Amino acid sequence: MAGPLEQFEIKPIVPIRVGDLDLSFTNSSLFMVIAVVVITTFLVTSMRGRALVPTRLQSMAEMSYEVIANMIRDNVGMDGRRYFPFVFSLFMFVLVGNLLGLIPGAFTFTSHIIVTFGLAAVIFIGTTVIGIARHGTHFLQLFFPPGAPLWTAIILVPVELVSYLSRPVSLSVRLFANMTVGHVILKVIAGFVALLGVFGVLPILGLVAITGLEFMIAIIQAYVFAILTCVYLHDALHLH
Amino acid sequence: MPQFDPSTFASQLFWLAVCFVALYVLMARVALPRIAEVLEERSERIADDLERAASLKKEADAVVEQYEAALAKARAEAGAVIAQATQEIAEASSKQQAAFLAELTKKTDAAEARILKAKDEAKAQVRSIAVELAGDITTKLIGVAPAEEELAQSVDTELKGAA
Repeated sequence: MAGPLEQFEIKPIVPIRVGDLDLSFTNSSLFMVIAVVVITTFLVTSMRGRALVPTRLQSMAEMSYEVIANMIRDNVGMDGRRYFPFVFSLFMFVLVGNLLGLIPGAFTFTSHIIVTFGLAAVIFIGTTVIGIARHGTHFLQLFFPPGAPLWTAIILVPVELVSYLSRPVSLSVRLFANMTVGHVILKVIAGFVALLGVFGVLPILGLVAITGLEFMIAIIQAYVFAILTCVYLHDALHLH
Repeated sequence: MPQFDPSTFASQLFWLAVCFVALYVLMARVALPRIAEVLEERSERIADDLERAASLKKEADAVVEQYEAALAKARAEAGAVIAQATQEIAEASSKQQAAFLAELTKKTDAAEARILKAKDEAKAQVRSIAVELAGDITTKLIGVAPAEEELAQSVDTELKGAA
């Protein structure tokens, strides 16, 4: 019986070495590629009919488009349209990564802190660059709003700075922790099934329920990831 | 925990970058424009259909209005025609009645005149018959034929008394 953490192990499939760096194509890379292929195939084939009255698949594709389009319109505003492809790719990548991980035996690349941190870092650096490019030094108003009494700067600036700098951390840790914990719980309860023999039926029922919950979490976490990206974009574009 | 093994970080970040950039390009260039096109087409089509429906409804309303106006006009015309016809008929019938009455009176008068004439004639005949008869009877009774003038006189007297 494999331990509950074994499912997170990175196993090289095609070893690649560039200088000192190990850039091997691993099981994680494989599932990233699968996610890209699944997303693209799903969107392209479902829209092939270009039906005026959409089929089931086509309306799923349209729904994913409209969810993100509305999210950007409501949270960022009209000038957020430029970032729509990015937020959409981000949402679909995280969503499909989370959902693929729920297939038994599959690898969940979103359960790795370095992957979620990589995405969060891109968002953090991107929004900061957009904010500075757009507002120049006014971008610093994000840490000290104009009109506040000067002496409050002692409190406000550190608080705002910490909250700003903790964004990528909270964004990445939230997704990573949710995915990791969910899969660990599933594995631990699955272990009970084997231990209890005939009475293993009971943990199986729990397993079914938790799998349903994990599906919900997979979708919610992708949604949260995308909506927080929108909030950060809004701050960068409009400064509060 | 395998998540905190830094030896895998480079590979994961590298493939994440490769996959995410590929996904971004595929979404931005291929998948999203198609969806946007279809959605736009649909919303345009719906707007078009709504517009057409509105214009058709307006047309239908106009037709209904026209129809109602025509109906009202026809009704008014029919009313006028009926009134005229009624009047004409009434006039004609009253004229006819008057003519009939006039003729009737004429005929009645003529008949009365005829009756009077016949009566007079009958009276005259009665007198001559009475004179003749009286003459004959007297001749038979007494064998003497009275004078015509005497007979006529006494018959006249009798007739007057009877009248």
